[in-house]
Amino acid sequence: MTVFLLVLINGCIVGSTYALMAMGMSTQYGVARILNIAHGEFIVLAAVVTYALQQSGLGLHPLFALVLACPIVFAISYILHITLYRRLRRLSPNLGVFEGNAILVSFGIYYIAQNLLQTYMGAAPKRYPFMMTSVNIGGAGISAAGLFVMLIAIVICVLYTIFLSRTRLGKSIRAASQDSQAAAHLGVKINSIMALCFAIGGILAACAGVLMSMREQFQSTSGLGYTTIAIIIVVLGGLGSVKGAILGGFILGIVGYTVSHFIDSVFMISVFYMIILVLLIVRPKGLLGR
Amino acid sequence: MGLRLLKDAFWGAAPSRIQSAIIAAAIVVMAFIPGVADTYTPLFLSWIMTYCVLSISWSFFSGKAGYISLATASFYGIGMYLQAILGRQLPLWTTMILAAVMAFAVGLIIGVVTLRLRGIYFTIFTFGLSLFLNRFMNWYEGAFTRTKGRMVKPYDNDTVFYALLVVFAITLIAVIILNRSRFGLSLKCIGQNEDSAQHLGVRTTMTKVLAFAITAAPVGAVGAVMSTKIGYIDPNTAFGLNTSFFPVLMAIFGGMSSTYGPIIGAVVFYALQDYLLRVTNWHMIIFGAVMVVVIMLLPNGVFGVVDTILRKRRSAGGGAEASHQP
Repeated sequence: MTVFLLVLINGCIVGSTYALMAMGMSTQYGVARILNIAHGEFIVLAAVVTYALQQSGLGLHPLFALVLACPIVFAISYILHITLYRRLRRLSPNLGVFEGNAILVSFGIYYIAQNLLQTYMGAAPKRYPFMMTSVNIGGAGISAAGLFVMLIAIVICVLYTIFLSRTRLGKSIRAASQDSQAAAHLGVKINSIMALCFAIGGILAACAGVLMSMREQFQSTSGLGYTTIAIIIVVLGGLGSVKGAILGGFILGIVGYTVSHFIDSVFMISVFYMIILVLLIVRPKGLLGR
Repeated sequence: MGLRLLKDAFWGAAPSRIQSAIIAAAIVVMAFIPGVADTYTPLFLSWIMTYCVLSISWSFFSGKAGYISLATASFYGIGMYLQAILGRQLPLWTTMILAAVMAFAVGLIIGVVTLRLRGIYFTIFTFGLSLFLNRFMNWYEGAFTRTKGRMVKPYDNDTVFYALLVVFAITLIAVIILNRSRFGLSLKCIGQNEDSAQHLGVRTTMTKVLAFAITAAPVGAVGAVMSTKIGYIDPNTAFGLNTSFFPVLMAIFGGMSSTYGPIIGAVVFYALQDYLLRVTNWHMIIFGAVMVVVIMLLPNGVFGVVDTILRKRRSAGGGAEASHQP
């Protein structure tokens, strides 16, 4: 029972950050149709910003890094979209070609970003102390930092879903993801919505990065691992479905923690991949895909 | 006019007699290189031929059928591991054939599972495959063999060079023959419009799966050969992401509509990478920027640019001839 609780709660803690990462990627793919290989690098960038703030000795709470990391990543993503992806979309003869080319461009950006990060921070893992105590829940020792991270992540998930369903902008985003041409005819400014969605995906990556850094160590090469997990979750939940991303995030969080608890954390990705393999055969559209 | 002749000689879509003659001559000339050049040149050319095989294979399937595959690293790594495990007991040519067969078999399985899916799912799945194999081998080595990586029995530069020359020649000839066959045309038809192809009686799934598996075979073989030159392999070198993405960029740079485009791309990109590595510490970042620029500016490759110039010139010169163009 204690082991069960331990795995469940820790799995949800891991899953909550997974959900954030996947939500960002899902937003980027759902509207802008870009499967962003460089997604993980933005997560690492936000983590580095948090780390640098902690090392600066100002004594700020790590959560304060959101104020700095979010605008930075938002700006970079927005500029990338209006300079590169928008032009690429105009040049591509159809959506399929654009999606393929966009993956390749994002790989180029991944390559640049990864090497810049490595030049800046070196290869050593980074970690700063934060809420080092643990809480006893039904006999299972859960790290306080983890619970705090989960709480904030869930708040962000809820706020984002409310933003999508209640605000005018959120409704335009959902319209654009369902049928971008029809949305354009009905007066949605499709070009700016695409750039905005790409940048919002960046913000969610930044949130994930800040929260991630509070709980575990990271290094300059961690980005690709985050990207892979986000891609797997997005496929699991259904490409472009934000609720699917949240659901998939928690499922994979629990599965992943179970695997790393009982077998080995290196084996985790392999298990995720097996899940996707089965899913693609049984239900190619993903759990909540249209 | 000169441009036109150059196009016929090097990259026209259907290989002319001149093209075949040039390729045959080039392969024969290359066979004499190890005798006359210094020891470094065969190795340099070996790497170029490796990338040529990778990008020719990639563009035969993905360029034609329109499914972007990122599985190259998986097949390459499978070849490497096979060589590392069996290379001590068996001669090089046996392991090369075994690696090709193994890659073919894996390609067949992956193809059957994923090629019913269309578009981006296939790309995602193949992207994940190399990462899956990477982590799986990491776990396997950690849990069972208790090692990180393996030593591979080394061979000298000339042996490696000739082995690769054979794979390169076979791949090139096979692609030229397949391009003109019913099989190649079916594949091209799928790329243009899969539904129409199906209506026309092309067995789309079988064609795709078979093409995917066939193009996996030479990749496995070059993986087996090059592992002997690297000497020590671990999951990260065998299943590195670059091996999946570089052939794509090379093929796009050279242009996928012709047989020789990928070769030009491989030569230029490998030479560039080699040069940047020697002159600057920022080579990775510059290389990334080059990738982005290539895809942004040359969606049809360098030859595509020349083709556009030719077409413009033709339509400016003779209106009657241009009107026949679709």
